[in-house]
This record gives sequence, C-alpha cells and structure tokens, in this order.
Amino acid sequence: MNRLAVELPGLSLKNPIMPASGCFGFGKEYAKLYNLSQLGAIMIKATTLETRLGNPTPRVAETPAGMLNAIGLQNPGLTKVMENELPWLEQYDVPIIANVAGTLMEDYVGVAKSISQAPNVHALELNISCPNVKQGGITFGTDPVVAEELTRAVKEVSSVPIYVKLSPNVTNVNEIAKAVEAGGADGITMINTLLGMRFDTKTGRPVIANVTGGLSGPAIKPVALRMVYEVAKQVSIPIIGMGGVSTIDDVIDFLSAGASAVAVGTANFVDPFICPNLIEQLPEKLDELGFKTVSELVGRSHRL
Amino acid sequence: MIRQEQMQVVNQQQIATNIFELTLIGKQVLDMKQPGQFVHLRVSDQMEPLLRRPISISSIDKETLEFKMIYRADGRGTTLLSKKRPGDQVDVLGPLGNGFPIDKIEAGQTALLVGGGIGVPPLYELSKRLVEKGVKPIHVLGFQSKDVVFYEREFGQLGNTYIVTVDGSHGYKGFVTNVLENLEEDFAVYYSCGPTPMLSALEKMYPEKEGYLSFEERMGCGIGACFACVCETTEKTEADYVKVCSDGPVFESGVVRV
Repeated sequence: MNRLAVELPGLSLKNPIMPASGCFGFGKEYAKLYNLSQLGAIMIKATTLETRLGNPTPRVAETPAGMLNAIGLQNPGLTKVMENELPWLEQYDVPIIANVAGTLMEDYVGVAKSISQAPNVHALELNISCPNVKQGGITFGTDPVVAEELTRAVKEVSSVPIYVKLSPNVTNVNEIAKAVEAGGADGITMINTLLGMRFDTKTGRPVIANVTGGLSGPAIKPVALRMVYEVAKQVSIPIIGMGGVSTIDDVIDFLSAGASAVAVGTANFVDPFICPNLIEQLPEKLDELGFKTVSELVGRSHRL
Repeated sequence: MIRQEQMQVVNQQQIATNIFELTLIGKQVLDMKQPGQFVHLRVSDQMEPLLRRPISISSIDKETLEFKMIYRADGRGTTLLSKKRPGDQVDVLGPLGNGFPIDKIEAGQTALLVGGGIGVPPLYELSKRLVEKGVKPIHVLGFQSKDVVFYEREFGQLGNTYIVTVDGSHGYKGFVTNVLENLEEDFAVYYSCGPTPMLSALEKMYPEKEGYLSFEERMGCGIGACFACVCETTEKTEADYVKVCSDGPVFESGVVRV
C-alpha cells in the first residue's frame, strides 16, 4: 500500500504534492531538473482561448517573505496548449490539472470543453481568482451568484471533474465556496494570491507596471491556512490547499486544516527541487507524527 | 546541465565603490559553457530576501573549478552577498541562459565589445575567449564616474580599451556612443551588455552589423517557468515573445523590441 496515495475526484495521486498553476509553466523547464512522474499531479499554467502576451514588465517584485506578480495570464492559447504542451506531457506518468481562464463565461466553457478531452487532463481548475487581468479572472470569483453560474456552465461541458480556485480577496470566502459546491464543483483549490502593492520609496511609483499584483510566498500562509480551515467546515467536497507552502511542516499544516492535497507555488522559484524534496520528506514526517497514511492526517485539526 | 550546488566562497573583494568581485568554487564550473551565462544565487537561507539573485559570470577557470562574478551591492540581497567571506557557502543554481556566441567571428577579425556599468563583467570572459581564438577585441566601457570604474587594466591587457564616464572624471566624458562615433577601427561583430537605452543606441548606430546584446529584466525563477522576464519581439523572429532568462539573456540585435 502506498501510504502517500490520495484519491480525489478524477485524480489518483501517488502523493499529495503538486506544483501550483502559474509557478511551473507547462513543466518543460522543471523536466530538465527532475523526472516529473514523481509528482502527485501538475497544475499547468492558465490556458485561455486565445494567445495572451500578458502585462508589461516589471511583472514581479520581491516583498518580505513573499513576492508580488502581475504576469497577466500569459499563455500560448488553447490550440497550442492542446497541440504542443499537453501531448509533450504525456511522456510522464502524472495526472494534469488544467487551469482554465477567460474573459467571458463562454471563454471558460469553450476552453473547458476542449481541454477536458485531452487524455492526460484528469481534472480542471477554474481560475476565477486571477487578480491581474482587467476582465474575467477575479470578477467571477468575488460574487457567489456569478461563481455558481460559471461553475454550473463549465460542469455541463467538462469531460472531467472540476475544481474551482478561490480568491482570498473576498469578505466571506465561505459563501463563494458554498456557491461553487452548489454549482456542481467536484473540489476546491485555494488560495490564489492576495492583491497587494509595492512602491519605489524614492520615486513613490508602484514597482509593478500593472500597479497592483498578487502576493504569494510564505507571507500568505497564515491567511491561506485560516481560509482552508474555515472552508473545510463548510463544504463536503475536497480541497487542494496552497498559499506559501515551502517546508514539510507547511504541508502537514494544510493537511491538518482540511486540505486533501497540497500545491506548491512560489517555493518552486526559490528551490526548483522543492516538490520532489517535500515528497521525499513526507514519509519520515508521517512517522514522526505517528500517522500511517496521508489520508489519516487530512482534517485532523477539526477532530481535536 | 543546470545544477543546484552549495558552492564555497574562495575570495571576496571590493574593487570599486560598492562594486565587489566574488570568487566561488564548485563542480558547476565544469558546466559553464558560454561567456554571458549567469547564475541564480540565494544569498541567505532566511525567508527574506526570499528570491534568488541573477548575477552574470565574469570569468571561468575550469582547471581550478573557480568562477568570478562582479556585482554592485545596492539592494538587500546584493548587500548580504557582499558580506560573504572565504569559507562561507552560497546556494548557486546554474549555469543559466544562453551567452554570447563566439563562433560567429573568425580568427584575425576584430570584435567590438561595449559595456555599460554593471553590464561590463560578462564581457571580460567573452574577451578572454575571443583573444584565445585569435580575434582582436576593442573594448568601450562606460561608467557613471571614476569611483565605479573597474577592470580597466584587465581589459587593457586583452586589447584596446576606451573608458568613458558620464561626468568625465575618468577617461572620455559622456556616453559610450560618444566614443563609438569617433571610432576609426572597423569590426566584424559587436557584443554588448548594459542598460537598455545603450543597447538600443547601438542597434541604431550599427543597423548593418551583426551584433549580440545581453538584456536585463527582473526575474523570478531564472529558468523560464514564471514568465516574469518576458520581452516583446520584432519581425526578426517568429516567436511572439522571448524570456530573458532562458531564451537569452543574449539575443541577436534586432530580435528584442527595445
């Protein structure tokens, strides 16, 4: 028996560790460093119907224990992702979670319908939480009625289970979580980045060309943990937790808070080997804490 | 091949105001192929500063497994790096990126190397390689002022070297373009690293010449995954965009829209 294995809608994970969308491209760069088949899954970069070139630079700025980014969903577009990126990933024994984004509801539906038919795409992640695009993205993730409607529309056309990626930039994340569950979501991924700014102190100008950016990294872990903990109490669908994960203890904390699996984002930029390292450290950590399997650990903080 | 390695500090010295030369030793040096490649450093194992720092390689010695970098300590990260002492470890990811092609020029020909400020360092390894190949280098190196000029003697030993300072406190006064306008020698290929306005000026000055330019942009991952350092391209390439870290940092002139 594989004690790290996790079963989720559409996803038979060998372990609960996966790179988060937007922090891993389509895998090619990291494939030069290690065998991607080691990963639990891969959340590929957001795909939109059309090619997107993203925002002007500077697109990133470092902050205490974190970073701001405003990439702007740069991606080659649905056709190229379907023709080049996904077939290339088929050489690895790893389920792909395709992050789907768009401007209009029809865009999400269009991308979801096609991309969910790729043989290695085992689940979709609806990106209703990107803070860095003027239209779409976060606008779908801050209104529970709209979020539910979008989830339902995508669920209808998708050939695989759908996970909805929630934004922390809301007053009440539970409302949105319950809305997407009602809309038919098979799971939730959370959290996306927190809207933030950094200034050039000398000039008073924002450092990011887009003015604002999304904050990620260890700085946001407490916010992410709190939200996962709360949402886990409100919904019965599984959660893939993320937000500042960079150590094995962070992985344990997210599982304890109620996440069934954990995604790693910004830490990939600091240590490109972070995902395989965490996978390697996990069994020893389970032993240390006295748990036989990862599944036993999920949600333990709610049972204390 | 890209490696992540704990490399040891062999030497650290200040060579001009806030300008440091750092020598590290490790196996990764064997993989450093082209002049103009860079490494991505973690300057601390704390959570701040969190991200790595991209720093260009200024010289490579495969026999001793040592390489040097020259950098300006002006932010938190580079200031912390400047505190490293012999025996300390530095977490190095590299070598990264594509450097200056030296197969584009032949023995007996002349190369023009133009550097600006902290863009000067990678030209040193380039010049050494060109000289080894039998190419004659001409160096035109621009700095703000006398106190930040470095490697004048080192470049001078490899070929003709013109130093320019903005305030005229050392060498010629003005910008590198002022010297280039009066340059009498002809050259086959030009190579440059420095601020984007300088690179842009060179492209305008030498539209017919073959040139290779090293660009700088804020980076996240350094390996092409995060899309932070993307630049717009011109009709010269089919690509819609290029990433400075993994497609560059060196591009043929005219490829990046400046």
